[in-house]
Amino acid sequence: MNPGYLTLIVFVPLLGAIVTALMPKDNIRAIRFSAAGFSFIALVLSAIVWIRYDTALAGMQFVEQATWIPSLGIKYFMGVDGLSLPMVFLTTLLTFLAVLASWNIKLRPKLYFSLLLLLEMGIAGVFTSLDLLLFFLFWEVELIPMYLLIVIWGGQRREYAAIKFVLYTLAGSALMLAGILALYFYADPIVSGRTFDMLELAKTNYTAQYGAAFSSVVFFLLLIGFVIKLPSFPFHTWLPDAHVEAPTAVSVILAGVLLKMGGYAIIRINASILPQALQDWSYLLAGLAVVSVIYGAATSMVQNDMKKMVAYSSVSHMGYVLLGIAALTPTSMNGAVLQMFTHGTITGMLFLLVGVVYDKAHTRLISEFGGLAKRMPLYAALFVTAGLASLGLPGLSGFVAEFTVFVGSYLNPNMQLFTIIAAAGIVITAGYITWMLQRVFFGPLRFGDAIKESEHIQDVRGLEVVPLVTLLAIIIAVGVYPSLVTDLINTGVAPVMTQFVKAGL
Amino acid sequence: MNLYLLLPEISLIVLAVVLIGVDLLLPREHKPALGYIALIGLIFPAYFTMLLSGRNEVSFSGALVVDQLAIFFKLLFLIAAALVILSSIEYVRRLPIPQGEYYALVLLATSGMMLMASTRDLISIYISLEFTSITLYILAAFIRNDLKSSEAGLKYLLLGALSSAALLYGMALTYGVTGSTVLNDIASALGERGINAAAVLGLVFIAVGFGFKIATVPFHMWAPDVYEGAPTPITAFLSVASKAAGFALVLRVFATAFMPAENTWLPMFFVLSAITMTLGNVVAIRQENIKRLLAYSSIAHAGYVLMGLAAATAGATSGMLVYLLAYTLTNLGAFIAIIGFSTRVGSDNIDDYNGLSRRAPMLSLALAICLLSLAGIPPMAGFIAKIYLFAAVFDAAATNPALYYLVIIALLNSAISVYYYVRVVKAMYFAPAETEESLGMTFGLRVALSAAVAGVLVVGIYPTPVMQAAQVAAQVLFP
Repeated sequence: MNPGYLTLIVFVPLLGAIVTALMPKDNIRAIRFSAAGFSFIALVLSAIVWIRYDTALAGMQFVEQATWIPSLGIKYFMGVDGLSLPMVFLTTLLTFLAVLASWNIKLRPKLYFSLLLLLEMGIAGVFTSLDLLLFFLFWEVELIPMYLLIVIWGGQRREYAAIKFVLYTLAGSALMLAGILALYFYADPIVSGRTFDMLELAKTNYTAQYGAAFSSVVFFLLLIGFVIKLPSFPFHTWLPDAHVEAPTAVSVILAGVLLKMGGYAIIRINASILPQALQDWSYLLAGLAVVSVIYGAATSMVQNDMKKMVAYSSVSHMGYVLLGIAALTPTSMNGAVLQMFTHGTITGMLFLLVGVVYDKAHTRLISEFGGLAKRMPLYAALFVTAGLASLGLPGLSGFVAEFTVFVGSYLNPNMQLFTIIAAAGIVITAGYITWMLQRVFFGPLRFGDAIKESEHIQDVRGLEVVPLVTLLAIIIAVGVYPSLVTDLINTGVAPVMTQFVKAGL
Repeated sequence: MNLYLLLPEISLIVLAVVLIGVDLLLPREHKPALGYIALIGLIFPAYFTMLLSGRNEVSFSGALVVDQLAIFFKLLFLIAAALVILSSIEYVRRLPIPQGEYYALVLLATSGMMLMASTRDLISIYISLEFTSITLYILAAFIRNDLKSSEAGLKYLLLGALSSAALLYGMALTYGVTGSTVLNDIASALGERGINAAAVLGLVFIAVGFGFKIATVPFHMWAPDVYEGAPTPITAFLSVASKAAGFALVLRVFATAFMPAENTWLPMFFVLSAITMTLGNVVAIRQENIKRLLAYSSIAHAGYVLMGLAAATAGATSGMLVYLLAYTLTNLGAFIAIIGFSTRVGSDNIDDYNGLSRRAPMLSLALAICLLSLAGIPPMAGFIAKIYLFAAVFDAAATNPALYYLVIIALLNSAISVYYYVRVVKAMYFAPAETEESLGMTFGLRVALSAAVAGVLVVGIYPTPVMQAAQVAAQVLFP
């Protein structure tokens, strides 16, 4: 029986946001526990869905369907498969951890936690909707809390960063809506019917019916919105701004799951519904991917601000996702999805770590730190492990994902050159991460202006450790035993690949 | 004689007379009560209209009909009248306007429009149209000491008279050709005798007369000036109710009387629709005054609605009806917000909306929702209405391939329109404000805004009941 798990996962956070907003203003404990409680319920629900998901059966499960606007073929249609389930889990996990990480927030905590939960609702909705219109609504819903979270709790240039984020996303959404409507209007009336149902629309072969020009236009209308979110070069410039200005927990969600909406949507919509167009433009995508990888990594190298460095490293790492999608082999596609999942955990952890030190030293500049390993041993150990995971050390999850992407992409003879260049990105990544680790944790002690040589520096402790250790556990578990996730992802990627087989590619 | 079929209109006229009477007795400081009396009094015509719903009766030797199409429009007019009255209460109080007459005229205009939706005879069409127009001429010029308002009234009167002349000319020609003024008889006469040049001429002149009413290009010139000069609640009324009443007539006349001449007027409405939406949207881009902006946007929206006539199917007609309702709610919401703004700031310039979100957050949010709905952004009513109408026209394109181009033109136009609507939203939210002084809200304004915005969202998120009502109404014309 299915008691509507997905609806609950999406709307329990909404309920939580409302309940949290209704809490008395001065009872901070109640506000915190309400936010933590509701996000924990959502986490438990998504864990249950993961456990009960039948990988042998594969396909869409936990499906919920109800008519909504029958005259237009709009449905309330939710379901998860191997593609979306890891993302849903990641969303609920990172939101819960984000709530813990912002436990001691001082400024307007009630509004803050409500918005965090609203954000969770929007993102979870994007990953679970199978109706394009519903998908689009959730895609827009996410925008408002994110804007407010940056603009109210952000850093110095928060208004600029928040508006940039909104304008980039809105521009993409406008094009995306046009693309969605084109899919809707031009769906084959016999095979698909007049519907926004993604699975039904995937039955229409747009390229065969309306030609390559038509499907290419629709493909790009959709793609631009998604690569802005991903973000891929040249649409990435909003990301470093948003990250630098956003508070720590918001950065975690932004990098951890918000970016994945882009990659997920490319696979779910572009690849599944317009496979031929994706094939036609795979060189362009691979090219963008390679530029993102190298450019993102090279830019990370010169950053002095740790947060900015992690932000640019996200551009680089999401490039691997795009490469995996563009290479169009089952293995590379698996790698892309796995990379999204592992990047969510690793980068989430890195942002949390940067946030910890920023809270203590009120600076994030690498040049202001040195020799922290001696004074904060646990912190250093966690940071180094996360850094190594990020640069792809075997045994940690980052390696598995990137390795799968490279192997899979190399299998496509047309993509070998792209793969080789992208692999060079690993070297640069290793360079900037180890260099940063060396400057911050070794050498003579420096800790901004906040603490003198003689003073005691508090290591990470208590509530700060919980999210870090949780993420670390996942990173190691997936690194050592990838089947935990890959078995699931495999079942999600397989149907996408049959779309390509069906289209005769 | 089934006089009870006229109960909604009669009750409105009685209410108007009662208002004028009460106006004489009320002391000056209690005049605002008149607005509330008018508002509460609307319960009666609304009740009678609901009571008549489901009947399908004809009276006055075929001149008056009460069917689901008429009921749909009547309820739409009542919703519009209620919101206009609610938003007038505050606006009128600040002006040297005789309030009793003002509300009475609004009610009389509403009854005229309701008649327009129910007539099936050229003579009664003309009379109800003139009845409505004359009340609206007065209302447009109602701020007597204001030059712009007087200009608006005069312009509206002169051009309205011109359009009436064209309409009458067309009606006379039609009568000459067919020997009847009843729409159904005209249709059967045209069907028997075929379409000759005189019939086409009559049809075209009637279209010109109605074209003024709904402000299609090239008969739209009066709209921006009149909209700018008239009292803002009346502008709102003109832009939604009066326009919808015009469409009620166009639908009934062309889809019944001139149905045999379909091949003549389908291309005509195609062209009118395309140029109306394009000109409206392109000119709206350059407007600096928000009332003029909405005037051109309302021209553009009339263009979208005309698509339904270019397709002339049951689906397209129900699309038109849903669109008109969504547009009515949305545009009224936008105008109510503008009234709230202009009564406090005394300006209609878009530049003065800079940073409004910090001075009046509720008002800005409501205006933003309405503007985005006009732009056709989900989940607002405007989106659902657009896609419902466009999809119906797209379906009709299966038999009339030219309509594909019309849908594409409409989609491009929608994209253009996003620009100028979002420009206002951007000014409110992203531009720095000159002052941070809060604007405050009154009770009436709050209620009117909430009602309109709630309507926009409800129709946007759960449009099925409205769509079903519209489908039933469309079956009257296309069984």
